[in-house]
Amino acid sequence: MSKKFITPVGDEGIYTLDTGSWRTFKPVMLKEKCTNCGLCMIFCPVGSITGDENKIYEIGYQYCKGCGICARECPTKAIIMVRESIE
Amino acid sequence: MNTNQNRIVAISGNKSAAMGAALSRPDLIAAYPITPQSSVVESLAQMIAQGDLNSTMIQVESEHSAMSVVQGAAVAGGRTFTATSAQGLALMYEPYFRMSTLRLPMVMAIATREMTSPETVWSGQQDAVSVRDAGWIQVYVENNQEILDMIIQGYKIAEHPDVLLPVNVCYDGFYLSHLTERVEIPHQPAVDDFLGVYHADHVSLDPDTPMAVDPLTSGEILWRYRKGHLDAMQKALQVIEQTDDAFEQVFGRRYGGVIDTYKMDDADFVIVTMGATTGTAREAVDVARSLGMKIGLLKVRFLRPFPDKKIREILSGKQGFVVIDKNVCFGWNTGVLYMEIKAAISELGHPISSMPAIGGLGGADISVDQLVTCIQVLVKQGSQQPGQLDTYWFQ
Repeated sequence: MSKKFITPVGDEGIYTLDTGSWRTFKPVMLKEKCTNCGLCMIFCPVGSITGDENKIYEIGYQYCKGCGICARECPTKAIIMVRESIE
Repeated sequence: MNTNQNRIVAISGNKSAAMGAALSRPDLIAAYPITPQSSVVESLAQMIAQGDLNSTMIQVESEHSAMSVVQGAAVAGGRTFTATSAQGLALMYEPYFRMSTLRLPMVMAIATREMTSPETVWSGQQDAVSVRDAGWIQVYVENNQEILDMIIQGYKIAEHPDVLLPVNVCYDGFYLSHLTERVEIPHQPAVDDFLGVYHADHVSLDPDTPMAVDPLTSGEILWRYRKGHLDAMQKALQVIEQTDDAFEQVFGRRYGGVIDTYKMDDADFVIVTMGATTGTAREAVDVARSLGMKIGLLKVRFLRPFPDKKIREILSGKQGFVVIDKNVCFGWNTGVLYMEIKAAISELGHPISSMPAIGGLGGADISVDQLVTCIQVLVKQGSQQPGQLDTYWFQ
């Protein structure tokens, strides 16, 4: 008997929420202005911004719903919001 | 199994429920007192205090907590028990629904009671029938022996790998909970052997293989859990029959599975009951037959899952039936069981007359004479016209 779909366990439910598809604006990092301070990573409510050991920060777009908090908080205006387009 | 080892005692329905629970050896019991259920848990607390029962008893501050505590224990793979009535069941509703939808087997006794308002503590079935669509299996029993037997059978059904659902054993408050009857107490090793040890492998508390239970789940996959739940309910119909057979082989008593019948073979008309009214109705059938009426009895044991096919088989070829409901179905001008039977016979294929009857609310008695009069009305009116007759109120 398949145990799947007996008791809801694990994190599968979370992954069916495609929050990335909710975006109308996407944050884009302008590396020439970025000082690698990491505030964007701290403020991102869904953990979509990651930093490596050299404090180089990247935006991941799988869950990012384009809320714009990172762009608002960035002290050097190194993140801009760009309208999503249908390609 | 040597049935000579069974003890025969005279006990109340609540004591019978407590002894049925104790024989099933739950790992954990949590409950909050409410009339008319209170003495179930008082008895269990006493057994534990005296060292006769090795279960963990947790005192809680409400029924919401009682169900939440047993739910935690069930998630960890434990066998659990609790009992409640009416307002307590209402307060429990939130974790009650989650218990079944998390597919956690357990048995909860409900000493059924009228729902407030008007303020009342007496008998009725409004509490239990009002939660019929919360995903639990519900069995309604006729006497104190059936309470004990169905608590034991309840664990067997609930823990079956094709089912994995919680079970309510519902018995009429006061009529069964507080009245004393002869009850055979099975031998503990026989019950141990019948139930076996419960091993939950669909959910467990295991640090080596940790699992997150009940994550946020979107509709895209939530429907699969609902479908699985509905499928399990349908499979339970078969498991209930198998369990009744297996129980008879060990303990010598059988109840007919999802339904029971009495003097049905040559009956033209049928009286349908659920719960303790069935005992009175058996007498009423005998009296009505002595007056020349060809009447039979259909006892609906399980309201969930609803045994629609069996009921169609029984009512097929009959002229008419009356359903005695100790509850009301707001919005339908009938009782709940009547509506369920009505839905089940929509595919009967021939016209049939039917009469909803409502009585026994708030602890009112339903006497043999009243049932015979009701049967007379059914036979007289039902012989003249098919279709739904006016709702009959026991006054």
